[in-house]
Amino acid sequence: MDPRRTARTVSDPKVRQVGFFTPAPPERSISDPPRFQDPIQPPSPSPTQVNDHSPSGNSLSPVMIPPAHHHSDNFLRTALQVTSPTKAFSYSAKTVTIPPENEDVASSFSPGRKVVSAKSPSSFPGVKASSVPASELTTVSVVNLPPGISEKAGGASVEVQNDRPVSAKTLKEKTSKAERRALQEAQRAAKAAAKAEGTKASSAASKVVTSANTKPSKAAKSSSQKNDGSQVAASEKKGGDRAPEKDRKKDAPHPRMQYDDKSRVEKAKKRAVVKQTEARNRVELFRHLPQYEHGTQLPDLETKFFELDPMHPAVYKVGLQYLSGDIRGGNARCIAMFQAFKEAIKDYSTPPEKTLIRDLTARISSYVSFLIECRPLSISMGNAIKFLKNRIAKLPLALSESEAKSTLMLDIDRFINEKIILSEKVIVKHAVTKIQDGDVLLTYGASSVVEMILLHAHELGKHFHVVVVDSRPKLEGQLLLRRLVRKGLSCTYTHVNAVSCIMQDVTRVFLGASSVLSNGTVYSRVGTACVAMVAHAFRVPVLVCCEAYKFHERVQLDSICFNELGNPDAISKVQGREEINYLDGLVNQENLQLLNLIYDATPSDYVSMIITDYGMIPPTSVPVIVREYRRDHLWS
Amino acid sequence: MDFQVVVLAGGNSKSLTPLVSKVSPPTCLPVANHPVLYYVLHQLEESNLKNLIVVVEGEDAGLLVGAWISGTFVDRLHVEIAAVPEDIGTAGALRAISHYLTAKDILAVSGDLVSDVSPGAVAATHRRHDAVVTATLCSVPISGSSELGSSGGKDKTKKPGRYNIIGLDPRKQFLVHIATGAEIEKDTRLQKHLLHAVGQMEIRSDMMDAHMYAFKRSVLQEVLDRKDTFQSLKQDVVPYLVQSQLKSQAVLSGIPQAEEDGNKKVSFPNNQVMVSQILANASTPSFHELYSMDPDGFAQTRKTHKCCAYIASSSSYCVRLNSIQAFMDINRDVTGEADHLLSDNVIGPSPKLGTKTTVGPHCMLGEGSEMGDKCQVKRSVIGRHCRIGSHVKVVNSVVMNHVTIGDGCIIQGSVICSNVQLQERVVLKDCQVGAGFVVTAGSEYKGESLARKEK
Repeated sequence: MDPRRTARTVSDPKVRQVGFFTPAPPERSISDPPRFQDPIQPPSPSPTQVNDHSPSGNSLSPVMIPPAHHHSDNFLRTALQVTSPTKAFSYSAKTVTIPPENEDVASSFSPGRKVVSAKSPSSFPGVKASSVPASELTTVSVVNLPPGISEKAGGASVEVQNDRPVSAKTLKEKTSKAERRALQEAQRAAKAAAKAEGTKASSAASKVVTSANTKPSKAAKSSSQKNDGSQVAASEKKGGDRAPEKDRKKDAPHPRMQYDDKSRVEKAKKRAVVKQTEARNRVELFRHLPQYEHGTQLPDLETKFFELDPMHPAVYKVGLQYLSGDIRGGNARCIAMFQAFKEAIKDYSTPPEKTLIRDLTARISSYVSFLIECRPLSISMGNAIKFLKNRIAKLPLALSESEAKSTLMLDIDRFINEKIILSEKVIVKHAVTKIQDGDVLLTYGASSVVEMILLHAHELGKHFHVVVVDSRPKLEGQLLLRRLVRKGLSCTYTHVNAVSCIMQDVTRVFLGASSVLSNGTVYSRVGTACVAMVAHAFRVPVLVCCEAYKFHERVQLDSICFNELGNPDAISKVQGREEINYLDGLVNQENLQLLNLIYDATPSDYVSMIITDYGMIPPTSVPVIVREYRRDHLWS
Repeated sequence: MDFQVVVLAGGNSKSLTPLVSKVSPPTCLPVANHPVLYYVLHQLEESNLKNLIVVVEGEDAGLLVGAWISGTFVDRLHVEIAAVPEDIGTAGALRAISHYLTAKDILAVSGDLVSDVSPGAVAATHRRHDAVVTATLCSVPISGSSELGSSGGKDKTKKPGRYNIIGLDPRKQFLVHIATGAEIEKDTRLQKHLLHAVGQMEIRSDMMDAHMYAFKRSVLQEVLDRKDTFQSLKQDVVPYLVQSQLKSQAVLSGIPQAEEDGNKKVSFPNNQVMVSQILANASTPSFHELYSMDPDGFAQTRKTHKCCAYIASSSSYCVRLNSIQAFMDINRDVTGEADHLLSDNVIGPSPKLGTKTTVGPHCMLGEGSEMGDKCQVKRSVIGRHCRIGSHVKVVNSVVMNHVTIGDGCIIQGSVICSNVQLQERVVLKDCQVGAGFVVTAGSEYKGESLARKEK
């Protein structure tokens, strides 16, 4: 609690500039925790990793605890994770036995990335041929793929190693720990020999090291999550055979990748599915965030439509919709993603010699990484994915495939219904009590919950006036306004630059949120902080409506460390008004940088109350909800 | 990706009369010494679409095409050939193979399309909007008609027929109106409610329908079943779908909805509505959604479906081989500016050339062809095993396989089919010579089409 107190004294309304701190380096150091290197862990054999991790000793915030666990598909962008120290220690205690196995399997598979892409066509005809009754159609040409997958020249030694873990896996139940250890030693020796051949340059080597590095912490996480302490079960769960999908999963840029680190960006780009051309002129403070040339991604992804075989069509469609901006808003994106996953699970069948739990987890991870490439995940989606993966991991092994699938689909439905729909209803019920006759309510942007609150209050016959504040470039408020006006609410529409004028008439401010962080910071659409600050100055209560599944344990003090950059063209041009072209030709100039932020962080000082499905709470109580909610629902 | 690809390698085309016959269907016309169907299949193969259904009109043509495909694409594509009766049109052909179509969406590509527009992009656009039909539009190639201004009067009559009038919504994503060449001479009718819903319509006449469509299967089959008279996809089915997009028949949208409802086992009808509402509110509504909401706020009472357009970028190449002019243009372009379409630019063992014979740029000589002395070849394609005498001039022409050209011939802007024999000193300008024809020595033709009488 102490850290948060200090943070709050800093963020006094008079002193604090929301979101923008002039001294950048301290912020950077917060956002730049060692990513693959876990200080708690025993040092791993990677000198390259040690080099690039910046000296983060000068951090100001006492809250900063290096994240103890994360791996490439860790959508939680936990910056400063409030974990208890005992938990952290348990990792280090348990890591010891697990890493070698994971490391071996992971690294022995990693050079064979090409294999999957070569294999994919062979699976394609099989599926299609069964769907087309070829009775009357004469088949004139058939693809006869060679039974073995064509290997790269260098992959021969890899192939040999590939077989061994598989055979080992089948025997796993019977082998004792010592035997496994021996096997691992042998594998490691073989790997070292393969590496010594030096077929790949240092980049490949470092990639292997990276994967080796991340795996132990992941395994540690799983073992610590399962408090039953059965290490063998944990290692079996996480180890081994995610090979075909794993390379896909590694493809994803790390959710918290620092995009100002050139070498990593290069590496990530090589693996990316979506063609990502980095925008050239980025604002200095935000270089660590991904920003791509918008407009190049969509056509490129579209042309690859048929080439991404492992991607399920539904997932692909959702990805396209994210990329093109057809779906936006935390809830909608989350629902769309889950519905796509549901489709994918429905069509899923476990490949031979695989177990559903592991293979499906890997596959979901690959979907997620694809979605991240289309658009960075929102925090709510991260939580939802965590939920789903947890459900998959907790599936009883005895379940048959169809049962497991239906269980998962039910779980997804349950999540959508309970965590999103029902909690929205509860929030509406709570919030409506705060609306009285004669109120003037102000809202910013278009939040689905706020919209429901307003409509519900209107249905109850309350007489109130709504001020919809909007901002360029998305003008989402207009859509909200359209729906409100159609329902007969009396509304005022204005832009955010007039918010100080209109605020004096307002009695309450209702805001939506993308996430609420555990220090009470509200992470929401850019402009929310401004509205909240003005409301605070005018002594107008600010009510933030947010479903509890969007809460996150991260602590964030500014909107620089984690944010999303939108298309800079969106602010340099005005849609539908060709004559406003003052910036034409200047966009690529060296001394012009366009910044189109998507989110901002509202400090808790400006928030009077957070309305969530557990009731109406002050911002200081968010950690309680996070703690209780996690325990009750996510990890159960 | 749950797409089925149907290549419509149709039957005889009237506009190509002297060039095609029973034994050489239009899809086998050589473009730079590859049958035109090769380009479509190659393009599909590039986009990893390896399972195709090729629909050919007529049994003979089917056998011919099938033999060719199995020879060329063995081990590369999984192709099934369906021979359908002649003259039933593209819609009829699809109707005939309707029961083989099982995937969620159908990609129907014309077999005479030479383009580098990615089928994947069309399919992705289709999926993204959840459209009923997505048509590929590309800009009409201008180079051909202007450059060959001297070419015969035959083409002039055909020119207007190649243009379409296409109405797009302001964001250029949806088709609002489509009318093909034949209907344009009459008054064009626009529906008022459609115009009202869209608000603004951009009418383009410089776009060409590339005949690469993505259809939602259920809707396509439904339309084909109910409208027996529909003959052509381009002239009947697509305009029908575009016109009815705001008053879609209940059945049209009913089917997918029923399917969706069946999927959701958890019975929270109220919640389902809310889910769909959240999703709907989150997206930028197209005019379809706005229109369907019109009467009473949120309840979607009016059925709509979306007709999308995929507009190929102006740099991409896209031509249909549907006239002799187009045939000439494509031959020239493929050897010239659009040579990236040919992946394996196999020019056989270099042909035997006589002394002082010049072959200009943008030319192609097939394997085993022989040329005499002092010949000139400019911007032409010459097929395999041709024998060309001395002092022959071939400009802007296409010479197919096994053609014998006597000494002193001058060929300009002509198409000479296989097994033709040109005797000495023949002068051909803007002519089409059908297969197996023999042109007697010294004769001179201009702008004519020569073909053997059918026996």
